[in-house]
Amino acid sequence: MIPAAFDYHRPADLAGAVRLLAEHGDEALVVAGGHSLIPMMKLRMAQPGHLVDLRAIESLRGVRVEGGTVTIGAMTTQAEVIASGPLVDACPILREAALQIADPQIRNLGTVGGNAANGDPGNDLPAVMLALDARYTLEGAGGRREVAAREYYEGAFATAREDGEILTAIRFEAPPAGHGCAYEKQKRKVGDYATAAAAVILARSGGTCTHASIALTNLADRPLLAAEAGAALAGTAAGEAEIAAACAAAQAIAEPVSDGRGSAAFRTRLTGVIVRRAIERALATAA
Amino acid sequence: MTHMHVNLKVNGREVEVRAEPRTLLIHLLREHLDLTGPHIGCDTGHCGACTVDLDGRSVKSCMVFAAQVQGAEVTTIEGIAGDGGAPHPLQEAFREHHGLQCGYCTPGMIVRAWRLLEENPDPDEEAIRYGISGNLCRCTGYQNIVKAIRAAADEMNAARETEQ
Ligand SMILES: Cc1cc2nc3c(=O)[nH]c(=O)nc-3n(C[C@H](O)[C@H](O)[C@H](O)COP(=O)(O)OP(=O)(O)OC[C@H]3O[C@@H](n4cnc5c(N)ncnc54)[C@H](O)[C@@H]3O)c2cc1C
Ligand code: FES
Ligand code: FES
Repeated sequence: MIPAAFDYHRPADLAGAVRLLAEHGDEALVVAGGHSLIPMMKLRMAQPGHLVDLRAIESLRGVRVEGGTVTIGAMTTQAEVIASGPLVDACPILREAALQIADPQIRNLGTVGGNAANGDPGNDLPAVMLALDARYTLEGAGGRREVAAREYYEGAFATAREDGEILTAIRFEAPPAGHGCAYEKQKRKVGDYATAAAAVILARSGGTCTHASIALTNLADRPLLAAEAGAALAGTAAGEAEIAAACAAAQAIAEPVSDGRGSAAFRTRLTGVIVRRAIERALATAA
Repeated sequence: MTHMHVNLKVNGREVEVRAEPRTLLIHLLREHLDLTGPHIGCDTGHCGACTVDLDGRSVKSCMVFAAQVQGAEVTTIEGIAGDGGAPHPLQEAFREHHGLQCGYCTPGMIVRAWRLLEENPDPDEEAIRYGISGNLCRCTGYQNIVKAIRAAADEMNAARETEQ
């Protein structure tokens, strides 16, 4: 499969990339790892006339953990997240989720920013970003702005990002020390997108679950924050009745389609099952 | 931009190729440089038959454009044999332990295993299976591939010890 021809640009800095995007308008797309975009270009579902490669822009790389704040440069690869000690210590769910993306070769090039910016409901990191209440920094010719991950996803491949804007970094407050977390993903095989997946982050103090956030992957045309499911646990002892209520609340908002991964009815039912597994594992890991 | 000059290092040799930016790395290797070791299995990033080493990392060369490898360093199965073309311990071990049948997956599998052993010279079975999870084999059932990689690791570690 041969993609349509394009002109290739490799700007050395962010200003250069923003300028190229402004100059070429909707003719241009940025390429990060290329592992979502190149398949689309091979299918000619994307036919950019200009490809702006972000690989040479050093300022978009790397992870910083300062105080309680984590900042991940958009061009940080999924493999780099898995190997980043300070990030894994502060927020282990990111490593757990990244390890369930595709396979080692793809994670070597696939980036965090590309996975988050893309808007494919099958991507695994967006639900984690919703659970973490992360903020996305977007930079374009009109300047810089921040958008909450919880407001970024509008539908399949439809996001709050304007043409010409680049996602430069993702920022969030690390969950408190001793928090529990889990990313449960059901898939048919290595390298497959989720049939259903759930991210759970929660904190416990004494016998009480003080905080819980829950988000879902590939169960609608966008990642879903299951706010009511989280509320069903928060402030309770997170016993059997509350867990059942949380699972029911998550299942109630799932709107999966029927596809090769299963019927809509099956995937809806599965939502409750994987949310339960994720909650139980998160509770077991919480201090 | 119809064509560009792509300069890169392949198997230790500097090369310059005139190619369209959209040329895939796998086609650049196979058709422009006659390196037909890396195979095309799926063309969608799933099978790993096209795996090569790019700047010290395993990648699928059907998912990379020629333009993106400007200035890069690539190693293919053709580049891992020892001096004078002596087979690499991984190649020996795949032969010895029947790590291949039709051989279609083998160049990608061995180049991936080569990088895996650089990253982790002493992997247990689980680490080997996880490490090659991006490479599909429709013949062997993987058992003998895992055995071959483990045997090559032992061989290479023993050789390293003798050297010291
Ligand atoms: C075989 C296979 C299996 C996969 N399995 C999974 C899986 O299980 N789970 C999963 O989550 N993903 C999976 N992926 C996708 C993979 O994780 C991609 O790497 C990721 O979705 C996109 O990241 P990228 O860096 O490759 O982005 P690209 O493909 O380069 O870009 C994707 C899109 O985002 C835009 N974009 C990229 N970076 C930016 C930025 N910084 N600012 C603005 N726009 C940007 C691009 O213009 C493009 O439209 C799979 C891919 C393959 C080929
Ligand atoms: S041909 Fe590249 S992964 Fe199958
Ligand atoms: S030996 Fe035939 S595909 Fe692996």
